[in-house]
Amino acid sequence: MNNIIYRKTPSISLLVVLCVSISAFLSPVHSKTPEEIGLEIARKTDLQDEGFDNFTAQQTMVLRNKHGQESKRILRVNVLEVPGDGNKSLFVFDNPRDVKGTALLIHAHKEGPDDQWLYLPALKRVKRISSSNRSGSFMGSEFSYEDMTDQEVEKFTYRYLRDEPCGDATCTVIEHFPVDEDSGYTRQVVWQDKDELRVWKVHYYDRKNAHSKTLTLDDYELYLDRYWRAGLMTMVNHLTGKSTVMTWTDYQFQTDLDENDFTKTGLRRVR
Amino acid sequence: MERYIELVLSRRWLVAVLATLIMLAIASGARFVTVSNDYRTLFSEEDPKLAALDALENTYSTSELALIAVTPQDGTVFTRETLGAIEALTDAAWQTPYSNRVDSLTNYSHSEASEDDLVVAPLVKNASSLSDAGLERVEKIALGAPAIAGRLVSHDGRVGGVAIKFILPENMDQAVAEITDYLQDMLQQARASHPQLSYHLTGSVVMHRAFSDATKNDLRTLTPFVFLVIVAVTIVLLRSILGTLSIVAMILFVVNTTMGFAGWLNTTFSPTNAGVPIIIMTITVAHCVHIVTTVQQGMRRGLERNAAIAESIRINFSPVFLTSLTTMIGFLSLNASDSPPFHILGNFVAFGVFCAFIYSMTLLPALLSILPLRASTARTRKRDPFALLADFVIARRTLLLWCFVLVAALLVAGIPRNELTDNWTRYFDDRYEFRRDTDYVMQNLTGLDLLEYSLDAGREGGITDPGYLQKVETFANWYREQPEVFHVRAFPDIMKRLNKNMHGDDPGYYRLPEDPELAAQYLLLYELSLPVGLDLNDRMDVAKSATRMTVVVRSISTQELRGLDQRAQAWLQTHQPDLATEASGISVAFAHVTERNIRSMLRGTVIAMALISLILILVFRSLYLGAVSLVPNFVPAAMSFGMWGHLVGHVGLASSVVVAVAFGIIVDDTIHFLSKYVKSRQEGLHATEAVRAAFQTVGRALATTTAVLSAGFLVFALSGFEISWALGLLVAITITFALAADFLLLPTLLIATDRRKNS
Repeated sequence: MNNIIYRKTPSISLLVVLCVSISAFLSPVHSKTPEEIGLEIARKTDLQDEGFDNFTAQQTMVLRNKHGQESKRILRVNVLEVPGDGNKSLFVFDNPRDVKGTALLIHAHKEGPDDQWLYLPALKRVKRISSSNRSGSFMGSEFSYEDMTDQEVEKFTYRYLRDEPCGDATCTVIEHFPVDEDSGYTRQVVWQDKDELRVWKVHYYDRKNAHSKTLTLDDYELYLDRYWRAGLMTMVNHLTGKSTVMTWTDYQFQTDLDENDFTKTGLRRVR
Repeated sequence: MERYIELVLSRRWLVAVLATLIMLAIASGARFVTVSNDYRTLFSEEDPKLAALDALENTYSTSELALIAVTPQDGTVFTRETLGAIEALTDAAWQTPYSNRVDSLTNYSHSEASEDDLVVAPLVKNASSLSDAGLERVEKIALGAPAIAGRLVSHDGRVGGVAIKFILPENMDQAVAEITDYLQDMLQQARASHPQLSYHLTGSVVMHRAFSDATKNDLRTLTPFVFLVIVAVTIVLLRSILGTLSIVAMILFVVNTTMGFAGWLNTTFSPTNAGVPIIIMTITVAHCVHIVTTVQQGMRRGLERNAAIAESIRINFSPVFLTSLTTMIGFLSLNASDSPPFHILGNFVAFGVFCAFIYSMTLLPALLSILPLRASTARTRKRDPFALLADFVIARRTLLLWCFVLVAALLVAGIPRNELTDNWTRYFDDRYEFRRDTDYVMQNLTGLDLLEYSLDAGREGGITDPGYLQKVETFANWYREQPEVFHVRAFPDIMKRLNKNMHGDDPGYYRLPEDPELAAQYLLLYELSLPVGLDLNDRMDVAKSATRMTVVVRSISTQELRGLDQRAQAWLQTHQPDLATEASGISVAFAHVTERNIRSMLRGTVIAMALISLILILVFRSLYLGAVSLVPNFVPAAMSFGMWGHLVGHVGLASSVVVAVAFGIIVDDTIHFLSKYVKSRQEGLHATEAVRAAFQTVGRALATTTAVLSAGFLVFALSGFEISWALGLLVAITITFALAADFLLLPTLLIATDRRKNS
């Protein structure tokens, strides 16, 4: 999948996937369960995004409340692919100016809770953030913290629902059920086109299984002839009437970032 | 006129069938009538307090509340069992439909330093596995946390709380029903699994449900009761089953036509105007009684039935027309009210009165002619009691005048004792579980009346400026010193706690951070540590340019609430002019709606009274009679408000429309009495004799209508819902006084002052 929110790491080895698909291919008698189809598509999506190594981008969020009031957040995002484990992401805040230079580092893991640290420039200190509270709002926006972090294949179970037309394409509709008990969601319903596996729409269901938020993705562009990234994401909260529009610009792939830029000590060097 | 009556009587079946067809056609619209319990309908679109409330809710995305108080028998909530029960309740509360946040004693996001890190975690997790030391720790933190002590746990630790916030959809009735049903189920299960704990449920969502139940209750139990009372009183006073039957038919026609008409106009009724059918019913009876009694009188004198009917219509046409007109004007003046449900009340009662007039000139004579009505045989008494009354009044008029003046003066002296106040919890009496639970929560856990402030920092991101935090802190501290205040939740408390956490929990650092950037970064760190539903988005706006301050007050009157807000504004103007703003919130909006309404109703009532008096002057073609008629019209209203002051002492939303409602009815009695008096004077009688004649012709009808109307309105007094019982009781008292004024005061005034020569 694409971009930081819907991008899977090459976490599953090619071999496993191949074995699964070959065995599925070889035994046509066995019709696949919706769970198996869902998992297969998740793995395929994940596999497709493998090998980008790293990328950087600029992210702008415009928060809007029901009263019509708006506010802007600007961040730089750096992501490093980690073979065999979850990605490492670094968010550097440029605006609002009081938090300029504050940097958030997340090490996503396939198993167990993610690690996360925040660097406070005014204190010149790095603070660890407890990861059991990933369900909260990210900087006051309608994106929750867990929406912002990497979504490993293993962090959900899946169920294929149906195919249906979406725009010009045909979409697969799959339910994702978070494994984490502390997740703010009971499930997410994801619309992905069949050709390129791009995500176009996500319905989020809150803890009481009410459809609370909808994410729509747009302005997709292809990078390095392989990686699709959405330029525009809109999250609408149906309960509060609030919305957040997130735009992505200046995508650069395979920059000179390395492992050292994504460590606690690396955090202090962020400007 | 004669030919018209003849036409109606000769085509009586046609008239009855036509009237039935028209009634059925209009009444079929009744299916479009909707009922809403949204308290927002009480406010007009232009109400600035409603606009402020909307702005607050749209900025901080929160509106409605349900609050559950949990009380153990053993005197402290800090036990494994009780905390476990609150923890389980908190989890279940998350499943409530339309819930947006759940804050409780157990899920309070406590932050503390751990080595160099900030740890944010629920105050209680797995209560059953807590050690004794763990329980002590929880108790110490909870009772020392300004965010929850006095809000989600009582200061003495005896009662704990779970607060659920909701965002309701546009049409809230269905949502409110779903929510309260869910909560009741949830509490029933909680009671079953923890029988030693008691649970009390209150909050605005629960209040909406109580509003809805109150309305349904009133409609279901009171309406049939009013109907029975009216029928019984009418039978007794008319001493005629068939006469009563014709009046019952009239009631059905008028009420069905009016409600059908309301349906065609897609009218939405609310608790405030649910009494429309009952009011119409009583007024219809009053009109019909005059016509039926005159028919009976005529037949007793030996007139044939149709001749008696014709005579009655001839005699009553103009007074019934006139009284319908004045009653309509009185009710239409409710349009001056600032509160839209009263417009509906006024307009549809006025329409009902119009229907009553039309039907009483068409259907009623036709029915009376069709029914085998006979002259009443109960003429056993030697003299008409009203003739005796006339003799008595005329003989003792001076004494009566002074007695009446004395009583009136004593009563009127009570007017200043009335306090203008509305309290949403007091709308319901002890019969409602909502009221009992609310009283319990207010006495044992926290207040439910809130003053909400959105305090502007002047720039984006400004809420972490030390200067701003300092200002908000002094304002919050000023509020904490006010005797009416129970609890203040202000943003600087969070920043002080974070500052302490970031300095290894050193209590010396429980103060505002001095560096704005550091403060902003602490806040970011804290925000990133909060789980869903417990974020700070309900305490600050998206631009971090304003924070919300919530002041919880003890149970005080709306007058005191307004006073507190005014004092706060004055304090802000003097000490922190940058922050100067008015309070908002549901309690504040309610606190102002009565006052606004009374002011607008006063204007409407004065206009209605002036119009009605002008009509009387024109009709009687006499400035003198117009002036005299004012006395029995005004004095009863003043007397009943005075009596109210002595007995009850507070007037609210309902009372503000009483004068308008009662005035239209009171005037009717005066008109009937005066028109008979004038007729006699024109026939050459002296004032004394004319008074006697008026007593004899309309005395019984006036007593009957007053008895019927008072009985009808008194039934409202049985309601447990203040808007209903206050309105019913006040109107009943007023029209009773009005009859007294018409029988005792008006005749003496006429005899004493009418020195005009006979024309």
